[in-house]
Amino acid sequence: MSAAPKPGAATTRPDPYAPRGLSLTLESVGAILLAILWVLPLAYAVWAAIHPSEYTTRFELFAPLTLDNFTRAWAAAPFARYFMNTFILVTFILAFQLVLGTLAAYALARQDFWGRDVAFALILAQLMIMPDALIVENYRTMTRLGLVDTIPAIALPYIASAFGIFLLRQTFKTVPKELDDAARVEGASPLQVLMKVYVPLARPTYIAYGLVSISYHWNNFLWPLIITNSVESRPLTVGLQIFSSPDQGVDWAVICAATLMTSAPLLIAFLIFQRQFVQSFMRAGIR
Amino acid sequence: MTAYQRATVHGWLLLLPAMSCLALFTHWPAVASIIDSFYSTPRPRRPSRFIGLDNYEAMIADPIFWRALVNNFWFAVGTIPLSIGLAILMAIWVNDRIKGQSLVRMAYFTPTILPMIAVANIWLFFFTPQYGLIEQVVQLFGGNATNWLGSGDTALFAVIVVAVWKEAGFFMIFYLAALQGISPSLGEAAAIEGASRWYYFRRVLFPLLMPTTLFVLINAMINAFRMVDHIVVMTKGGPDNATILLLYYIYQVGFSFWDTAYAATLTCVLLALLAIIAFVQYGWLERRIHYR
Repeated sequence: MSAAPKPGAATTRPDPYAPRGLSLTLESVGAILLAILWVLPLAYAVWAAIHPSEYTTRFELFAPLTLDNFTRAWAAAPFARYFMNTFILVTFILAFQLVLGTLAAYALARQDFWGRDVAFALILAQLMIMPDALIVENYRTMTRLGLVDTIPAIALPYIASAFGIFLLRQTFKTVPKELDDAARVEGASPLQVLMKVYVPLARPTYIAYGLVSISYHWNNFLWPLIITNSVESRPLTVGLQIFSSPDQGVDWAVICAATLMTSAPLLIAFLIFQRQFVQSFMRAGIR
Repeated sequence: MTAYQRATVHGWLLLLPAMSCLALFTHWPAVASIIDSFYSTPRPRRPSRFIGLDNYEAMIADPIFWRALVNNFWFAVGTIPLSIGLAILMAIWVNDRIKGQSLVRMAYFTPTILPMIAVANIWLFFFTPQYGLIEQVVQLFGGNATNWLGSGDTALFAVIVVAVWKEAGFFMIFYLAALQGISPSLGEAAAIEGASRWYYFRRVLFPLLMPTTLFVLINAMINAFRMVDHIVVMTKGGPDNATILLLYYIYQVGFSFWDTAYAATLTCVLLALLAIIAFVQYGWLERRIHYR
């Protein structure tokens, strides 16, 4: 699967089809209306979370503000533990993805050897057969390995990422061969060449891939839901789902506060590093 | 040892960690699903045994399976064109120098980084009968009360709305990147020829965006079979299986009914569908798309 086209240089010449005057106004109004529609769920969650629960469905400009919903949500479920689990999970996955991906991409990008194309095709198969489709068999594997209800069990199906390998291979292929040769003439071993030449030059790709991987696994839900069943291993998404399922009888204001809390780290990071996020997702092409 | 042999040893040593993980958690489970689909589910007193095509026969006779397949079809038909169309519109708007451009772009992109499970909670409240936000707006205009998620006629539609909302902004950035890469001289030439803006979009921009559309289309198709997080929160496949999707049904059969052999059989159908998507992508669409 090909990566998305790279962003080109911004146009400086005037575009004859750029809207002007009335049509620009109309277009701006349309775009802004759609934007309001798009942030409405988030805006509503903020409204409900910072007001007492009697204002959840009543919108009055001067309704009293409160942080009570956040403290109630925090006290009602072990969110501190869930945060830690998610943090460990995301770090664990990314660390392994980077190491395994770098090694495999280096082999595929620069060496010609027996079975390379077959290996590449076998790796790319994961782009289509995503781990989500294989929940039944992967659960059996985890049972056999005795790993059910552990953080490594959530991580293992994802630590070899075809997408990461593909992305790094494409980047490594753009490294000039002369740099590689020069380092070898200096007496560097293949692993030294990788660490001193390829990895530093692929920095933007690592950052892009890192951001995409972190946001994907922070938000991942179905597999963690299946493979975990205790507070000790449950990530935030699963914790939030258990906390907010209707039979718990928690009111909406508290659920909205919990929802915002679990999304907050990513959301804040996104608001601060907006450009990097958008560019990373562009560069990375697919999750 | 020749240089080629040495490269082979090196290459496979470098590939070994990644390949063994892929073999264990992607290749083997895919093969095991096929094998298990020919066996019965092991029960405490009855070990698993070979039963040939019985699971497949049961599947063909299973109305819920067909329901899941048909729902998944409509889910794909509902989400894919709508989210791609909106993504193109968003990208063109954000690419023009409209007012508040960067805030608008941020608004469109925000759903992408929010957990589906969290936003599904908020949407669940939007769709709540009587005092949910949508009902309040409907009542304001004197419309009839609708139980959006509780009625079989509207539940799938509600689930599609959430999926489109989540995806469109993500697809937008690929179109944005593509639009920025299109040479401005094309627009200048078209303007000299007196082409209208719509004509320029239809005959110049849209064809040039085709590689992006193919890429987004494949992603959207895979997503149509992968997105079930919001089903878990909003409907649990109900009411009366009105929103059951294939992957959700696999989850239900595998982990609520613990019928692993039947779940493996359903997995084989999902794998076959994904393989068809891959085949369509590489074998057919790639040849028909106009590349720059």
